[in-house]
Amino acid sequence: MTAYIIRRLFATLPVMAVVTVFVFFLLRLAPGDPAAIIAGDDATAADLEAVRAKLGLNLPIHEQFGLWIWRLAQGDLGVSIFSDLPVTRLIAQRVEPTLALTLSTLFVAVSLAIPVGVIAAWQARKLADRAVMVFAVLGFAIPGFLAAYILIWIFAVKLQLLPVQGYRPIGQGFWPFVEGLILPSIALGVTYMALIARITRASMLEVLSQDYIRTANSKGLATKRVLLLHALKNAAVPIVTVIGIGIALLISGVVITETVFNIPGLGRLTVDAVLKHDYPIVQGLIMVFAAAKVLVNLMIDISYAFLDPRIRY
Amino acid sequence: MVAVPSDTALASGTDEAPRSLAQRIWTPIRRNPTIFAGALLLTILVSLAILAPWISPDPLKQNTINRLRPPSEKFWFGTDQFGRDNFARTLHGARVSLIVGITVAAISAVIGLALGILCGYFRRVDAIVMRIMDGIMAIPSILLAIALITLTRPGLGIVIVAIVIPEVPRVVRVVRSVVLSIRAQPYIESAIAGGTKGFKLLVRHILPNTLAPLIVQATFICAAGMLIEAGLSFLGAGVPLEIPSWGNIIAQGRSFFLRAPWCIFIPGAFLALTVLAVNLLGDGLRDRLDPRLARRM
Repeated sequence: MTAYIIRRLFATLPVMAVVTVFVFFLLRLAPGDPAAIIAGDDATAADLEAVRAKLGLNLPIHEQFGLWIWRLAQGDLGVSIFSDLPVTRLIAQRVEPTLALTLSTLFVAVSLAIPVGVIAAWQARKLADRAVMVFAVLGFAIPGFLAAYILIWIFAVKLQLLPVQGYRPIGQGFWPFVEGLILPSIALGVTYMALIARITRASMLEVLSQDYIRTANSKGLATKRVLLLHALKNAAVPIVTVIGIGIALLISGVVITETVFNIPGLGRLTVDAVLKHDYPIVQGLIMVFAAAKVLVNLMIDISYAFLDPRIRY
Repeated sequence: MVAVPSDTALASGTDEAPRSLAQRIWTPIRRNPTIFAGALLLTILVSLAILAPWISPDPLKQNTINRLRPPSEKFWFGTDQFGRDNFARTLHGARVSLIVGITVAAISAVIGLALGILCGYFRRVDAIVMRIMDGIMAIPSILLAIALITLTRPGLGIVIVAIVIPEVPRVVRVVRSVVLSIRAQPYIESAIAGGTKGFKLLVRHILPNTLAPLIVQATFICAAGMLIEAGLSFLGAGVPLEIPSWGNIIAQGRSFFLRAPWCIFIPGAFLALTVLAVNLLGDGLRDRLDPRLARRM
């Protein structure tokens, strides 16, 4: 087990290495003159030179690369072009709302989608199942911002039950914190829920057709017991895989959801940085998000070993 | 996940005589309700997009007297904050979305096919290319697109490139796995033993087997491409504002959402419908052409 975990841990290194190299060359190989774009249209020659110096573009390429790796190894993601603040500090300031939003979405999506998928499989080809499948197909088609505005229109504008937008840290009280996260979590989680519900249904259907389930049923075990104890447990590996893959959806969706709901997290930071062409921030965010995604994949891989003792790579 | 041997294209036509790929695509469109619904919806949307300049007024013409008018007989979809006709803008937006979706799908499919075949054939290339693909896939796609756009001037071309890069690895993976599993089939061995040379083997036996999963994958990439383009434009990092794309219309409607919700809901609904149509088509084709994948979903 320990050997397996260590092996998986080492397998993440080449992925992060590629991300690092990719991010480095993106700036250097982008068409046109990125420094001119970043400096803006009315920049003077001196401004341009200052931007180049800040990005380290005035050094020979191998020195630039060495510097980028050296700083990265020390946890230094560079300095924002506009505010001159270290990117790591800017990111650290914005982590909390994004983490809150992602975790609450994960919680809402998993706790709604898995039961829904189980019911759909149990009621296969009946009304409940059809309804779930229609939701799943629609969930894949609806863009996050549309879901967000529909929810705002119904629950904030018409029914006035929840705030239109904004974020309160948990320090300002638990209910205001939860209240501000309900609509964003649902909006961000729509596609994710559709994905989990669909794979839960498919995976359950496959397990329910197995012989041992028929045995369990025929020896008179309660339906609930068979569904939850026997079937769901054995259907877990694909479900956990999709929950992990889907985290990528959440990370991408955060950018849009935070913009709609005006949540001051990493997504907003990304958008503000793009509009100001503040590349060091974007570059830092890519590193952070990619590391988060790789870490999630690692946890999924490790969880397999617990979920299915037969898996020993 | 464990690689399941793929005999995709072979298994799909068991109930009938062997047919050409075109027949394998057209026959189910007539018979399968999912494909039919998707194809019908898409045909309507494509026709509206093509006919937009003739059936709607000028999408850029401003008319400040008619600012933020709700949908009416004169303005079917209402007007925006400059008094521009939203019906015209939405229809012209369809062109941008469809062009982006189709171009992204086509380019990703071609690049992905080429890389996938190289990976399936040459072990050294495989080791390098797949590591790069893993790295690209670790970066959230919208963020990768955003990064590229931060460094360049806005334009339709750069948006397409920015969406293609994160989509390519998905195609490479599919094609590579098909090539690897086909190459392990006994009939390929016998073809080689029978003296079939490398290139002919590729064109006659390997390529046809990659086509079905490639087409299915391309439809999903088309849908994803349209969603990402709209997302980018919504964030102000997509196609330039003077081009009426659905994302742009929605982005401009944001500040007026409470007064003029139609500026967001109508183009949003069109985007959802278009993605739905493409997804239905993809689901149907997948069930038809790639039963192995269909069973998994």
